[in-house]
Amino acid sequence: MATAKRLGIIAGHGTLDAAYPPLILATSAAALDMESAIFFTFYGLEIIKKGKADKLKVAPIANPAMPVPVPNIVGMLPGMTAVATGMMNNWMGKANVAKLSELLDMAVMSGVRLIGCQMTMDVMGIEREELLDEVEIGGAATFLNYVAEDGIALAF
Amino acid sequence: MSATPDQVLDCSGLACPMPILKTKKAIDDMEAGQVLQMISTDAGSTADVAAWTDRTGHALLEASEADGKYVFLIEKKG
Repeated sequence: MATAKRLGIIAGHGTLDAAYPPLILATSAAALDMESAIFFTFYGLEIIKKGKADKLKVAPIANPAMPVPVPNIVGMLPGMTAVATGMMNNWMGKANVAKLSELLDMAVMSGVRLIGCQMTMDVMGIEREELLDEVEIGGAATFLNYVAEDGIALAF
Repeated sequence: MSATPDQVLDCSGLACPMPILKTKKAIDDMEAGQVLQMISTDAGSTADVAAWTDRTGHALLEASEADGKYVFLIEKKG
């Protein structure tokens, strides 16, 4: 049997595209018989707010890698965030990519630890009740102690 | 001659990471020695299934591709 290892991921961004890699890697790690945890900090906390995962948006400004490039002067117009988000959701749907809420459910079911960062919750005025019930609250030491034991750490 | 599957899991149309997550779940519910046939249309599955069996210790008996369908036979190890 393979050696059990840990994967610790820091999720620091709250856009739709930035939310996928942490959830894909954490659930896959669990499938590979690794333990995994995601530490949600700053805007990453948006991902674990109740009912928020499927409403995350794509930024049309300062995002030159969009498959259909949007000049910043256009991206700043009202409604462009919704347009960019709609395009991305359309592409994701066509490729049959799982929704973020589905990946969150899979994460919980497969034992991925979801850790909310207390310090940034305080900074941004986020209450415990706004986050999913499965979330535990912790700080930098919680995350480091987790990955210190045979762990890999990634940040997004 | 290939082993007869005890269970078939069709992941056609699903994108990464769902084929692997569903394969893991299916194997967990099976007995050691049983064989799972997993079908996928995700081209990344060839590398991912091999990596998954390498890490979990289950045996990849066969991997084949025809008409955009990737078919894997995986034996559950104890």
